[in-house]
Amino acid sequence: MNETLRPNSGQVLLSVRHLATEFHLADKQVARALEDVSFDVLPGQTVGLVGESGCGKTTTLMSVMRLLPSNGRITSGNVFFKGNDLLALSEREMRDHRWKDMAIIFQGAMNALNPVMRIGDQIREAILLHNLMDRDPAEHRVGELLELVGIPRSRRDQYPHQYSGGMRQRAMIAMALACSPDLLFADEPTTALDVMIQAQILELLKEIQQKLGLAIVLVTHDLGVVAEMCDDVVVMYGGKVAEYGPAELVYNQPQHPYTQRLLEAFPDLNRSNDPSTGKDLATIPGTPPRLNALPPGCRFSPRCHKSMEVCTQVTPDLLTQNTFVSSGARHLAACHLLDNEGIQKS
Amino acid sequence: MNEHWTLFKRNLRDFWKAFHRNKLGLLGGFLVLTAIIVAVCAPLLTPYQPTEIIRDENGRGLTFAPPSVHKPLGTDDAGRDIWTQLIYGARISLSVGFLAGFIAMFVGSLFGILAGYFGGHLDNLLMRITDILLVIPDLPLMLVLVATVRQLDLGISPLVVLTAVIGLLYWTSTARLIRSQVLTIKERQFVDRARAIGAGHFHIIRKHILPQIMPLIVANTVLVLSIAILIESGLAFLGLGDPTRPSWGAMLNFAFDRSAVTNGAWWFYLPPGLAIVWVSLGCVLLGNVLEEMLNPRLMAHHLEGGQSMIAVSGKGSE
Repeated sequence: MNETLRPNSGQVLLSVRHLATEFHLADKQVARALEDVSFDVLPGQTVGLVGESGCGKTTTLMSVMRLLPSNGRITSGNVFFKGNDLLALSEREMRDHRWKDMAIIFQGAMNALNPVMRIGDQIREAILLHNLMDRDPAEHRVGELLELVGIPRSRRDQYPHQYSGGMRQRAMIAMALACSPDLLFADEPTTALDVMIQAQILELLKEIQQKLGLAIVLVTHDLGVVAEMCDDVVVMYGGKVAEYGPAELVYNQPQHPYTQRLLEAFPDLNRSNDPSTGKDLATIPGTPPRLNALPPGCRFSPRCHKSMEVCTQVTPDLLTQNTFVSSGARHLAACHLLDNEGIQKS
Repeated sequence: MNEHWTLFKRNLRDFWKAFHRNKLGLLGGFLVLTAIIVAVCAPLLTPYQPTEIIRDENGRGLTFAPPSVHKPLGTDDAGRDIWTQLIYGARISLSVGFLAGFIAMFVGSLFGILAGYFGGHLDNLLMRITDILLVIPDLPLMLVLVATVRQLDLGISPLVVLTAVIGLLYWTSTARLIRSQVLTIKERQFVDRARAIGAGHFHIIRKHILPQIMPLIVANTVLVLSIAILIESGLAFLGLGDPTRPSWGAMLNFAFDRSAVTNGAWWFYLPPGLAIVWVSLGCVLLGNVLEEMLNPRLMAHHLEGGQSMIAVSGKGSE
């Protein structure tokens, strides 16, 4: 079950296998929000989760942290953190893991901060909650964390509305680092920020990662950010992993038609300069599938330009239809175009 | 610590500034405060005891004596001073009303928070209990309850029974109000963050939910106090109070029982009635103003700006 997707890599920090999550909607409808999601995170690595809105990126994070809303349920799969299956833990045991082992930076720091609590108190909250320190050293740590993310200590006692958008995001990062986690989930940490601040925040994340050696799972729909920041990429479509592999390989040799179209749809300054390929920016026709009315077979088949008959009947499997591209890491794609040896048939 | 104290003082000063501007609120505060002061200082404000009979030179009780210098509000049918009874009655009315109000507030907030926060079956159960209490006519139910408990002869003071019955029946609207507010707050993302840092339910309620609904609770408490005082007066008027320690409602009861109206003794029944109006009006005014001041949604937007937010422009420019 727990075969490694990363041979020759020593200990795996987080290993997600065949994770499936459902949401129960009104009228007894079920939305299969995640199905067969598998990926690994190594210590100190950055993994990018990319995909369109609603493809299950945030749901994946929430499932791993077991913070799904009350109508959400993990139906199958495993989440191993340093070898322990998190899904087998009781809620109380899970609480101990949260923030100490893995912390999360939420989408939109504005809403994730309590408006009537001082920033410093909110950073300190997790430290005191997990009984990591007494009040005085915790206070000292809050000051250190604020300085680490570039906020003067003197602003510890201010409220969120007295901070700018970028500072709030920095405060969120400080908060996430409070209990020195090994793994940091960053859920679109730069949305709603202007480009300058976005760059600063990403720079800060990189800097912190180098200093503290933590692993980051970065959720984003900005492919440029992924290329710049990530070691590995998980491309998701309609609640499934379409392609998974080292960023370099996924970018340069995309195997799944969805990834190929996604990359073509991304504006590239160099491409338009080249007259031979200077074409209009590509789009993918159609819309992502509604999760309560999924197409049979491959979820991408209705929009796929290479769709075959088998695609509408059999769901391709990520872990068996894999492709060995380089010896160090496996590059996987859930697509019928690839046979078991990972050779494109067409 | 020192910093917190200065901050607290500044908050208090800001609060007072905003409060000061609102004349109705000031009036309400004045009404409530005077009633409390009079009740606390009752022995200092009268030479008599509430049960003491004032006699003339011949030793006969002065019955239904009209107001005069020595007895500012006259006497009742037995010759006891009305003013004395009124200010001692304030102690009973206010303490029963306040205590019942606080119990109602506590139960209501507890039900509202639990139902709103946990939702699901618990919400359903608690809200159905609330619905049942809402649709049963309050007054008959209270009459029956108070009368039944008294019949049981448990040796409990009628005032305690009264307080408990009012407190345990008058929390329904509060529970619904608090629940709806908790429902909106628990969906906010900072509650998710609190869950993500590994906080339990108790921690989230105490640190993140309660501070947000506290203003609502404070404002609503004051309003519920006035209702509790009115209900207490009503029940006491119907004879369910403690006859040995009469509240304002019980005084009205006595006045009507002993035909003060036919005797034209207006000084017997008007003062307790007006006192009830005094306090409940004060509570309502105060409660409305507190709600306005503490409820962020009713607060003026900061861009509208008060005097302090407008850059000082020279008057010469106009």
